[in-house]
Amino acid sequence: MDRAAIIGLGMTRIEANKVRDTFADMAWEAVNKALSDAGMTIDDIDNVVTTSNDFWDGRTISCMAVGDASGAKHKNISCCEGDGTFGAFYGLTRILSGSYGTTLVTAHSKGSESISSLITNASFDPIYDRGLGMDMISASAMQARAYMNRTKTTPEQMALVSVKNHGNAIRNPYAQLPMKITVDDVLKSEMIADPLHKLDCSPVSDGCCAIIIANEDRATKYTKTPVWIKGVSFCSDSFFLGDRDLSQAPSLKAAAKKAYDMAGIKNPGKEIDLAELYDAFSYQELMWLEALGLAGDGKAGKELEDGRYDLGGALPVNASGGLLSGHPVIAAGLIRIAEAVKQIRGDAGKYQADGVRLALAQGLNGLCGQSHCVWILGKDK
Amino acid sequence: MSDIFENVEPMVYKSRINVPYQWWAGETASRFFISLRDDQKILGTKCTKCGKTYVPPRKSCPTCFTPNEEWKEVSSVGTLVTYTVVRRQLASLPRKAPVIYGLIRLEGSDTSLLHIIDEVKPEDINIGMKLQAKFAGERKGNIFDIEYFRPLK
Repeated sequence: MDRAAIIGLGMTRIEANKVRDTFADMAWEAVNKALSDAGMTIDDIDNVVTTSNDFWDGRTISCMAVGDASGAKHKNISCCEGDGTFGAFYGLTRILSGSYGTTLVTAHSKGSESISSLITNASFDPIYDRGLGMDMISASAMQARAYMNRTKTTPEQMALVSVKNHGNAIRNPYAQLPMKITVDDVLKSEMIADPLHKLDCSPVSDGCCAIIIANEDRATKYTKTPVWIKGVSFCSDSFFLGDRDLSQAPSLKAAAKKAYDMAGIKNPGKEIDLAELYDAFSYQELMWLEALGLAGDGKAGKELEDGRYDLGGALPVNASGGLLSGHPVIAAGLIRIAEAVKQIRGDAGKYQADGVRLALAQGLNGLCGQSHCVWILGKDK
Repeated sequence: MSDIFENVEPMVYKSRINVPYQWWAGETASRFFISLRDDQKILGTKCTKCGKTYVPPRKSCPTCFTPNEEWKEVSSVGTLVTYTVVRRQLASLPRKAPVIYGLIRLEGSDTSLLHIIDEVKPEDINIGMKLQAKFAGERKGNIFDIEYFRPLK
């Protein structure tokens, strides 16, 4: 792959209800922060990719509606429906095509403005299973049960993910739910859908994130701290839940393998210094760690208990607080990329991990992690 | 600068996207639903290349990317692969919580069918238990022609 780098990032605070901000307000804030972070003006941006979801926005062709606030007028703007990591992937391919030197990628959503359960229910097949009334939480609960049954991961180990991530969020001024809680607090919180308690689930959130990707020529023109894209890949599994073994994530495994190969990574558990994962639910962090080969199969819970994934551990995971501490759908994966970039640059403030040279960011799309997008980012060219 | 939002209710515009849809069920699902409705039989389609039987039936094999040319009746009895008991009244639920959902691997099928499970207490449900389809008395040609699955007696 030709070299490309992330040269700027900006994000809004993640909040339960950004009642003062429209989608465009959020995009304006994140884009201007990203431009300022990169030392660029909007004139330095060659093209724009916005990422959104029409149902969450409550408008069709929603990605076009934030174009003005993203400085896209008179530029080539294109859109991606789904997680921000997929929008960033698209933005990267536009750079690699040779047609553009810089791409601005944005991703936004406001969960507060609609009813997530109805929106995620609508992602089920309308003919065969939508009428049954499942949504993202109930589907994920079935996956959690399948994963626990196969790996013998305990409710306490899952709860500990929530304790760790809410605890990490205390150091992140952008996080929605910084909380000092215990495993007991998680296990005593409302059981929403067995085995998922309220504190095993990420909250409903509002937020926007923007990043700027540049080709090798432009990467060092504006900033002294480009973060290099070493490997990136995505892969999808079958659509129907019943076609998959929900206790496993083969599409994440496949995406990770490709990304590692591109980055020349042989032993990811040793070589990667930090990971920002898509922990929409507590069990997912453990399950994704295993599929990514960062933990042994069925071992992530135990390694979490041993402190390996703590901020001061051998492989900090979701040092930012992760999605359990704030989950603006669509923006969520792009925020994982932005957080990994901050850590590599040494800009993560109070939640900065030591010596991060190589970091992994993950995004996903679809029920129970149907498709995954894996990014390997590095300090070194 | 004074805060114009101080002590005021934020202005919120309430609306909805209200677009009626109708989805053509397609040949494959139509045959599946007609069989449920008229014969109380559960049909799958089979891939002649990999031999996998898909329930609910699919026109093509997602693994081999070839047409599924064979139809096959599968059992109304199967094994529970995974489940959840939804306790909170989530907006998508079709009835009052708790509602139990499960993936059921019917005998003769290589995939699992998503459905509601009833006639069992949440504490008595477990992965691996045998379940049987209970057909609805009045069947209309949709997924609720199987009213729910219940423990095999």
